[in-house]
Amino acid sequence: MVVRATVEPDLEDVVRRYEPMIGLEVHVELGTRTKMFCGCPTGFGAEPNTQVCPVCLGLPGSLPVANRAAIEATIRIGLALNCQVASWCRFARKNYFYPDMPKNYQISQYDEPLCTGGWLDVDVAGETGDTVRVGIERVHLEEDTGKTLHLGGATGRIHGATESLVDYNRAGIPLVEVVTRPVAGTGARAPATARAYVAALRDLVRSLGVSDVRMEQGSLRCDVNTSLAPVGAGEWGTRTETKNVNSLRSVERAVRSELIRQAAVLDRGERVVLETRHFHEEAGDSTPGRSKETATDYRYFPEPDLVPLAPDPAWVAQLRAGLPEPPREHRRRLQAAWGLSDVDMQAVLNAGAVGLVEATVAAGTTPEAARKWWLGELSRRANEAGVDLAEVGAGPADVAALQQMVDQGTLSDKLARTVLDGVLAGEGSPAEVVAARDLAVVSDSGTLIAAVEQAIAAHPEVAAKVRDGKVAAAGVLVGAVMKATGGQADARAVRELVLSRLGAA
Amino acid sequence: MSHQTDRPPAAGISRAEVAHLARLARLAVTEAELDTFAGQLDVILQAVARVGEVAAGDIPPTSHAVPLTNVLREDEPIQCLPRDEALAGAPDTVEGRFRVPRILSDEEDPG
Repeated sequence: MVVRATVEPDLEDVVRRYEPMIGLEVHVELGTRTKMFCGCPTGFGAEPNTQVCPVCLGLPGSLPVANRAAIEATIRIGLALNCQVASWCRFARKNYFYPDMPKNYQISQYDEPLCTGGWLDVDVAGETGDTVRVGIERVHLEEDTGKTLHLGGATGRIHGATESLVDYNRAGIPLVEVVTRPVAGTGARAPATARAYVAALRDLVRSLGVSDVRMEQGSLRCDVNTSLAPVGAGEWGTRTETKNVNSLRSVERAVRSELIRQAAVLDRGERVVLETRHFHEEAGDSTPGRSKETATDYRYFPEPDLVPLAPDPAWVAQLRAGLPEPPREHRRRLQAAWGLSDVDMQAVLNAGAVGLVEATVAAGTTPEAARKWWLGELSRRANEAGVDLAEVGAGPADVAALQQMVDQGTLSDKLARTVLDGVLAGEGSPAEVVAARDLAVVSDSGTLIAAVEQAIAAHPEVAAKVRDGKVAAAGVLVGAVMKATGGQADARAVRELVLSRLGAA
Repeated sequence: MSHQTDRPPAAGISRAEVAHLARLARLAVTEAELDTFAGQLDVILQAVARVGEVAAGDIPPTSHAVPLTNVLREDEPIQCLPRDEALAGAPDTVEGRFRVPRILSDEEDPG
């Protein structure tokens, strides 16, 4: 019996019958010191409504003035994405009535974005040979909205009418929107491609130093457009837009679940509804939101309170000249310099350790040792603590200092890990931990010689065997010295000392 | 008002369009008001439309009266409003936040 109608199709099955199309809209909150159109500071986590002024509160008579640093950052993002920079463009008012914008409109850009028509090459999921060139439709600049907190009813905190509490600290922070062209032809790898694109864009923006691009704090947010068309149909299917996709993993899951959902709808002979859907992190699926408002509902018109932008070509050229090496090329160069295979390089990438290894190497450590620390001990610690590797509590300078002490014989591998415990516990730099915990390998020759003499005196028979050439017996004496020094001596040095004292070296 | 009724209802605003605009603006409009506003909006539109009568083909559309571009501000923080002042005009506040009626559900949040 065929039970397909009740069974959720898997993705491999879906792409045999339908061609997926994806498109991504990524919002990046810029890391400028002040907001887009006023001088309010932008720090994360301030008390509600303490970073507001008449402009971002939309008070009567206030006027916006655009932030030069935000314009620069947007142009740099556009240039890094191989876009054209507009020679003349305007901001536009996007009108909607909702308390997250006190003006009842958001200043955005509509038909005259600052940057258009670029691309980003993306290496998809671990296969470095497999590159997808994602077209970039536009990069535009707008202002972020305030944060609303919904109370009442379900939360039970307030009886009676439901209501919203609003904090406008975020309202007016510059927000760059990067919109892709539709991406076709990725088949079953559409979810992985979407994820790889967002990761590549995040790395690119981070390399420009214009945003901290932290998805968990909302400084990088992603909406995913998805559609399916029967194979060979020659036209695109109806798309949905999934919002609230707040991690790289969710990008992949949101595309996958939506492709499978749409296939089931089409398989039943029904039509996909043009709508905004809301992604649920825990369940990994989405539910319908409001039906999509059309552009005309926003009644866009040129912002009368801001004059047009006309970036001077010399300024744009200067910004282009200042672009850093793109992360993808940068990674390839490092891979060659470090002599890593694709698989080994991918391991460094997956661990999020490229920059950390690079900085550790720059601080004087060999690539091998740096990689071993970050992918071994430190990845394990980060994993145990449930934090990103970069947040583990030890930085490249710490790792380089630790490795230097190991190389110099000041620390054994075991002691180095103990020192790392101290660094991660916030006790200071490796040198400070070594001093505070008295952890250095006992290398002072006077102390060591005394311990060796004591061990020889305590084990005369063993010493005699070693003198007679039975070098293997020296292990007993080395063990005694290690015990006497609390394990803080370098065993190899102790062994050499024992042998030379007994004339067996 | 009589001269306005003589005008043909060219490109008139319909009751349905007023209702749609009212919904976008989250305004509760009565049946009687739909007629009133449709008429008033019509008058406004027709007044603005007269600009088109004098704008010849050789006059490009413009959005700004002053020929200025690139009026920019350096990225320097200013003093914000004290929170008490920021909240002074709010109809109601809770824990330093503006308190307003809830308009959409979470899942409809346009942000």
